[in-house]
Amino acid sequence: MTLAIDLSNISKSFPGVKANDEINLKIQEGTIHAIVGENGAGKSTLMKILYGMLKQDSGSIKIFDNEVNFSSPKDAISEGIGMVHQHFMLADNLSVLESIILGMDKASLKVLNKSKYKDEINEITEKYSMPLNTQSMIDELGVGEKQRVEIIKVLFRGAKILILDEPTAVLVPQEVSELFNNLKNLKDSGVTIIFISHKLDEVLEIADEISVMRGGKHIDTVDASTVSKTDLAEMMIGQNLPTPPKREKNSKQDKSLTIKNLTAEIDNGRKAFENINFSINQGEVVGIAGVEGNGQRELAESILGVYPIESGEIILGNTRINDLSTRDRRESGLSFIPEDRQSQGLLMDVSLSENVILGKQSSTKYKSRYSNIKFNEASKNSNTVIENFDVRTPGNSTLALALSGGNQQKFVVGREIENKPSLLIASQPTRGIDIGAQSLIWNKLRDARDDGLGVLLISADLDELIGLSDRIYVIYEGSFVKELDPENATPEILGSYMTGLKT
Amino acid sequence: MKLSLKLTTLLAPVFAIIVAFGLSTIMLYLIGEDPIETFKIMYDYGKTGKSIVSILNRSVPLYISAVAVAVGFKMGLFNIGVESQYLMGALLSAALGAAVALPSFLHITLIIFVAVISSAFWAAIAGYLKVKKGVHEVISTIMLNYIGTGIIAYLLANIFFEKVELSTTAPQTDLLPETARIPSLNAFLGIEDLPNLHGFIIGAVFIGILYYWIVWKTSLGFDLRATGSSPLAAKFSGANPARLTILAMMISGAFAGFVGIAPLTGYFFKYTTDFPSGLGFAGITVALLGRNHPVGMALGAILLSFLERSAQILDLKDVPKEIEKIMQAVIVLTVVVAYEVVKRYVTNRQIKEASKVVADD
Repeated sequence: MTLAIDLSNISKSFPGVKANDEINLKIQEGTIHAIVGENGAGKSTLMKILYGMLKQDSGSIKIFDNEVNFSSPKDAISEGIGMVHQHFMLADNLSVLESIILGMDKASLKVLNKSKYKDEINEITEKYSMPLNTQSMIDELGVGEKQRVEIIKVLFRGAKILILDEPTAVLVPQEVSELFNNLKNLKDSGVTIIFISHKLDEVLEIADEISVMRGGKHIDTVDASTVSKTDLAEMMIGQNLPTPPKREKNSKQDKSLTIKNLTAEIDNGRKAFENINFSINQGEVVGIAGVEGNGQRELAESILGVYPIESGEIILGNTRINDLSTRDRRESGLSFIPEDRQSQGLLMDVSLSENVILGKQSSTKYKSRYSNIKFNEASKNSNTVIENFDVRTPGNSTLALALSGGNQQKFVVGREIENKPSLLIASQPTRGIDIGAQSLIWNKLRDARDDGLGVLLISADLDELIGLSDRIYVIYEGSFVKELDPENATPEILGSYMTGLKT
Repeated sequence: MKLSLKLTTLLAPVFAIIVAFGLSTIMLYLIGEDPIETFKIMYDYGKTGKSIVSILNRSVPLYISAVAVAVGFKMGLFNIGVESQYLMGALLSAALGAAVALPSFLHITLIIFVAVISSAFWAAIAGYLKVKKGVHEVISTIMLNYIGTGIIAYLLANIFFEKVELSTTAPQTDLLPETARIPSLNAFLGIEDLPNLHGFIIGAVFIGILYYWIVWKTSLGFDLRATGSSPLAAKFSGANPARLTILAMMISGAFAGFVGIAPLTGYFFKYTTDFPSGLGFAGITVALLGRNHPVGMALGAILLSFLERSAQILDLKDVPKEIEKIMQAVIVLTVVVAYEVVKRYVTNRQIKEASKVVADD
């Protein structure tokens, strides 16, 4: 058997993150090779490199034993690589035939030879038994059929290697089994398929080999017929990161936050979370574990007041804050570390001394009697944050975008903690940052807890959750399915509840 | 030699203007005119006392219009409707101002008040449509310009203008009484033998200060700028995007209401079909040229007014005066490019300095 793809030592960094770290991957021709990993594990970066959308910093790519050097997807296509994106790139007002041949010819005034193309397409659909009416309009098609158009489109361009990015995310179960039949046919005809997913059941069903990625690294490649789902989950979640040491419980009797029967408003036909009940005492860290997309982000945002709720109660201390604006909630002592520091936590093109104001611009902390912003106060406080949280910066007049990811995050965490809140919501507080910044943030969060701060911690890093939390809830499909004591929790146990394996 | 960051930023417009002159030189050369001679004629004509007064008078409404546009820009809103907003305010305040008799101070205050309120209301419609119906403000303000122009034409011809049988005069409001006119500064400054330097130039200075205070110094301004910089971060910080959008449009419109004040109370004294129009669009150019900065926009307004004024002499010297329009556009383009270059330079330098700090530890 020949190798369809041979990646050696592929590395790719973005400011502050190492998205791919020395990846070595070999994929046999005519197999289905799954790549699994959590969001941010580096799967899509690797695929973008393989498809010519990104350029690797170092490392080499061999396709069918030829060393290649892609500078755009066009190069990748000419080497026989095709990609079907998670979000379809189809125009509703074109027919299936037009969609497939779109972009094939150089734009000219010549009449398209549609019947020639039609025959060629029919040949392909017959060869791979993927029936398709070339005359239908795209907007008449169902999701599964649209996906088939995308696949045919790629095959029509001569793809021998097919990259499918989360292909089942948009499909209903029947469509999934149909897709899997098609993929098996393709495989039998010699097409190599790379299947990206984080749904372990599906991966085990369809793939021959499975590669696991975590934190930008290639962890292992295993045979799908011999590996168990638990093993895969364990590899995906991993235990290599430094574990935050635990400390004595310190929780007080007074409630910092009480959530009663909280249900989200319907959005896109579903409720992000439903009937959530829990409370956080002062001096307690409550963690929420869940695979991304199970409602934890919306839950955090609804407490801040930026995600709409349908019913239920949010009580901060002793005050019901349901009807308060985000601003008033922040005024009442709520602090929020958003999961995406760059788009949600900072004004990137603004100096640190102004960024420290963000979230408190309307409080007396920074607003004078005449509505003026107290810039001197802001300058002083930004220096306090920089000092106390070891933010490495030339000064407080530096723009936020100039800092590394870890320093940006330290600044955001520092700002929110220095605002002396009564409740802190920390969403992915150490995602994508270096270990030094990570352990500093862990220590600061724990110190704040010891001083009596209630913390709601949402994290995809299970070691972080187990190490920092006093209690952990597992959220699955918008509901809390389990409460765990971190003393008895391991990433495997959490993982099995998070993926719905155990209930 | 390493220049300080502030100095680098200041060099951008200077560099842009030099490039623009270079390009204009080439163009003049290509059409067979002597570039040096042309610039000299323009400069000589532009620096006469008469011209300077005219340039300053032109600059006032242009500057205020730029301020109105800039308020929107700072929040990421593109208010193209300053045009109909100021005309609406000018018409209504002209009509009301001519209809009442009041002591001078009250009379002028009333005119300004009416202009500001009606312009702000007209602008608020676009804000409301954006918040409630998701209509992009570019679309709505363009449409409101058409609607506004139509309404103004109707009001002027049918409501505020008393037709006299067989009259040939164009539709216009009644003349403002003396009490409603803002005096010129000539007597105060002791200038003689020159046209009137309009008194509202002082108002323009105050408007610039007010704009600076609101946008850079207040917590409302912080919300506006935060939303312009990152809508999501602003929302998470507690800024209410819906309220801010309507408010920003209203503030922008309120500033627009001041645009017509100088022409109305300074030299037109009535609203007619020839009332200065196009200032709302010119304001966009000036806001771009001055990068929404109160001083930058003032210089931009003066520069454009200078070009317009000095171009008038070109016709007499048989040089096509369209060259002035081309120069204007080239200046704006080069300024935008130069600022982008400087911004990248500053950013890269900051990133380098920041990474040095990390490396040093």
